[in-house]
Amino acid sequence: MSPILEAHEVEFSYTATTPVIRGVSLQVERRKLSALVGANGCGKSTLIRLFAGLLDPVRGAILFEHARLRSFARRDLAKRIAYVPQATPLAFPFTVLEVVLTGRSPYTPRFRFEDARDRERAMEALATVDAAHLAARRVTELSGGERQMVAVARALAQEPQCLLLDEPSAALDLKHRAALIRTLTRLRDAQGLTALVVTHDLHLIDPPFDHVFALRQGRLLAEGRPEEVLTDAVLGEVYEDPHVRTRRVDGRTLIWSN
Amino acid sequence: MQKRGQGEATTTRLWRALALLTALLVLLALLALWAGGRPLNFAELRSDPMARTLFFRLLLPRVAMAALIGSSLAVAGAALQALFRNPLAEPATLGVSGGGAVGASVAIALGWGTRFSGVPVVFIAGFCGAMVAVGVVHRIARSGSLLLPGALLLAGVVVNLIASAAVLAIQYVTDSARALEILRWIIGSLEVIGFDTIWRMLLFLVPGWIALLALSRELHLLAMGEETAGALGVHVERCEKAIHLICSLLVGVTVAVGGAIGFVGLIVPHAVRLLFGEDLRIVLPGSLLMGAAFLIAADLVAHIALDPIELPVGAVTALIGGPVFLWLLHRRQRYSAL
Repeated sequence: MSPILEAHEVEFSYTATTPVIRGVSLQVERRKLSALVGANGCGKSTLIRLFAGLLDPVRGAILFEHARLRSFARRDLAKRIAYVPQATPLAFPFTVLEVVLTGRSPYTPRFRFEDARDRERAMEALATVDAAHLAARRVTELSGGERQMVAVARALAQEPQCLLLDEPSAALDLKHRAALIRTLTRLRDAQGLTALVVTHDLHLIDPPFDHVFALRQGRLLAEGRPEEVLTDAVLGEVYEDPHVRTRRVDGRTLIWSN
Repeated sequence: MQKRGQGEATTTRLWRALALLTALLVLLALLALWAGGRPLNFAELRSDPMARTLFFRLLLPRVAMAALIGSSLAVAGAALQALFRNPLAEPATLGVSGGGAVGASVAIALGWGTRFSGVPVVFIAGFCGAMVAVGVVHRIARSGSLLLPGALLLAGVVVNLIASAAVLAIQYVTDSARALEILRWIIGSLEVIGFDTIWRMLLFLVPGWIALLALSRELHLLAMGEETAGALGVHVERCEKAIHLICSLLVGVTVAVGGAIGFVGLIVPHAVRLLFGEDLRIVLPGSLLMGAAFLIAADLVAHIALDPIELPVGAVTALIGGPVFLWLLHRRQRYSAL
């Protein structure tokens, strides 16, 4: 199966002296759920921003469908790749529906408003994350977890081929974390969605993720099926913690640190 | 029957906002023309040359000047709030007006009243000062990809303090006639004779308004967050630069003509939001119309409140805007630490 997103020898740094991403090459397979894991500050969020086209690599190339990301007009790219940042601080009390409708902006001509079809798409996206009941609420009144679900709905309203999520479960409770993962699995199976998810919730990866990339200090340390990467040896090296332990129980990989 | 969608609702809301605010603007303009001077008497205007001169050379230009300055400050305030994702941002609180004031003071002190290619140098100087201020404030408030709201406002306060000190220093070192000119200008006034200045302002302001309205979709997305806007196809850096430039132009030119009139850019966008919702594609054109109506009303109050004494219009806007700012600050602290 061909990759949808590729990084070729990508290097990136915010300052001239400290490289954050160092020669990373990887391929994100289409119609797969892939997880990107690593210790704090290892470059996960930077790498996902590079894939979203929000940053440009200093060296190397990011490809989408075998074409350089920069060869796409930004609005065309937004129809193909959706990105959900770690946090979406909202200063103004927009309604949830208004926020989700912004996901339709790549499809809306400059001097037109979203139409009834866009509204339907937005409501469908809210229903997909089980948040349709929030449509009329102000986002400033929502909990962090609810806001995160709204951000995911906004990304789904873009009808992307590829969804990039930066720690989407950080503000979610146990029930909503599981629901989000179920939603991603359903979208992969039913609609062929590709998702790359930055996560610290290692116990949510196996199952249902198909692939795991492990970063360490800006380099790709390991990749493979979850059971190949989520091992004592690999995770010990990724987190520089010799006390990390993993065990497979009933088809799941449990992970903890002693 | 086809179901009415959000788009139709938003379009309806836009047209309703434009219709209501245009009616309000016309009503207040007529009221200002009637109550701001002698009562309007069309027969007298036709027959009495003195009444005609007073009306067309003083009264009508003053109302037009209030409308231009109010529109520009309000639409710039709405744009800056969205750009900085801060409901407390506006030209005065961000130091943009202060920067413009320094630029204009330098021009006045150096006697650069003359025109460059037909454009008063004081406009250009005000624009440059405003550009520097908005650039400094933005640079200080930015931490990586984040804009720190507290740092933004503090930087604005400090830029304003520096600007006030600089204007005072300029007054101190310049000769007394020019110092007096600066002082009269700082107090701010909408007094104008004839339409010459107004035509020249329009040369700058109309392109600025059009450019900001054309960017209303980008501003609507930027208000959702910089990364979100970028992921939705907005050229964030390019837009930021364009909005800096346009707001500096609008504020610089209005400050150069009318002095520093604060809080119009704070009060008006919030009033439009309360009435017509948060969508920037409605808030921007709405602010343009309501800003004009608001400053016409404020000037009318300044004119008649303590008749025959005339208050500076900036004092009226500050007396209304200050409490509104404090109320917004109090409300904001409920859900977001500064």
